[in-house]
Amino acid sequence: MMKFIYMMASPPHFYRLAGKWLPWLSGITLLLLAAGLYGGLIYAPTDYQQGESYRIIFIHVPAAWMSLFIYIAMAIAGAIGLIWRIKLAETVAVCSAPIGAGFTLLALITGSMWGKPMWGAWWVWDARLTSELLLLFLYLGVMSLYSAIPDKRVASRAVALLALVGVVNIPIIHYSVEWWNTLHQGPTVTKFDKPSIDVRMLIPLMVMAVAFKVYYVWALFLRVRVELLERERNTQWVKELLKMNKG
Amino acid sequence: MKEASLTKVFIALLKRDLLLAYRHRAEIFNPMLFFILVITLFPLGTGADTKLLQTMAPGIIWVAALLAAMLSLDTIFRSDFEDGSLELLILNSHPTSILVLAKVLAHWLATGLPLIIISPFLALFLGLDQDVIGLLIVTLLLGTPVLSLVGAVAIALTVGLKRGGILLSLLVLPLYVPVLIFATNAIEMFSSGLPITAQLWILSSFLLLSITLTPWPTAAALKLSLS
Repeated sequence: MMKFIYMMASPPHFYRLAGKWLPWLSGITLLLLAAGLYGGLIYAPTDYQQGESYRIIFIHVPAAWMSLFIYIAMAIAGAIGLIWRIKLAETVAVCSAPIGAGFTLLALITGSMWGKPMWGAWWVWDARLTSELLLLFLYLGVMSLYSAIPDKRVASRAVALLALVGVVNIPIIHYSVEWWNTLHQGPTVTKFDKPSIDVRMLIPLMVMAVAFKVYYVWALFLRVRVELLERERNTQWVKELLKMNKG
Repeated sequence: MKEASLTKVFIALLKRDLLLAYRHRAEIFNPMLFFILVITLFPLGTGADTKLLQTMAPGIIWVAALLAAMLSLDTIFRSDFEDGSLELLILNSHPTSILVLAKVLAHWLATGLPLIIISPFLALFLGLDQDVIGLLIVTLLLGTPVLSLVGAVAIALTVGLKRGGILLSLLVLPLYVPVLIFATNAIEMFSSGLPITAQLWILSSFLLLSITLTPWPTAAALKLSLS
């Protein structure tokens, strides 16, 4: 078992393995995305209250889930990197940040697109939207800290620390924003409640959620491979790889 | 040679930092001046309508305090980083996290406390009632140490960088949001005659949490910045 983990954590081994997985991951992502979008945009019934415009949730909700999930994944990878000094875990943490920021931005944009017909405004200081915006700032902080520190090993450890501080703070920020919102705005905002969601809506939603998860792994592997090549450019295995590609 | 006890080292470090702050008085006054300036700008920008200013006062004062606290963060570790005493701080046998706490405490006494002392006058500028001012001071007393403690983590991460300014605000301000929300909310609720014990307890718990939790990441970040 330990040997397996050790193997997985070694950059050249991971590079090769990830390379083999990439076509599969991209294929599965595209298939699931197609199925989920078909299910969400065509198969799922129209909502009796919100009409067709509710269909944005098939992108919005999974993106919002991913934005939190990736931050937690980043913090866990960062912690593993900090504790056991595993290069691969550090790289995973660093490479997760831009993907997570992308999902957060997507959730924000789709949220405001949904808000326009529902609330009559592009932006409402709704609790979830606001905490999503703060999450975006946290991601941007992680990314700019990483790019500001020239030594990339040090930078990735700094990022891991910051991600850990952030992960402790996310629930605090989330609940304070929720408190702030309920006290400031009252129940005038039509909250999007989803206790009894139709199964025909639920299935495409779940398919989209899985599609986004697989996409994350795919994008992560792509990024990690590039990052590993860049960091290890002076090692033997990268040089051999380059030679093989040339020859 | 016998090691000095942790308490002694803590107090010595506290005294040293306070003395240093006293010798560089500009470092104390600059955040204070900034605080006053920001607050004076608001009535000029929004119009001097008393009602409007009164409703906005807690928010204005707290946002100004947030920004002033953020700007003053740089002085916690900067000079020690440049003259090398930070390395001694880390290399000695006492736990860095506790020594860091002494430095943050000294920093708060030198920059946070003056803000609190002048805030009643600024609150008068904005037309707050006297009993509300009392509460404002309580929230500042509970909240500004949290700002220093949380900010110390971020400044420890960026102390080695040439241009940390904007980056620091990106790292720090999202983390300050909960304090801002509960402090201003307490004042608002109090002005409309509602109970505020919950908000004050939550602010106190933030303070206790940050005292116990932030010294470790700060110490770890300092070690990183020196590596």
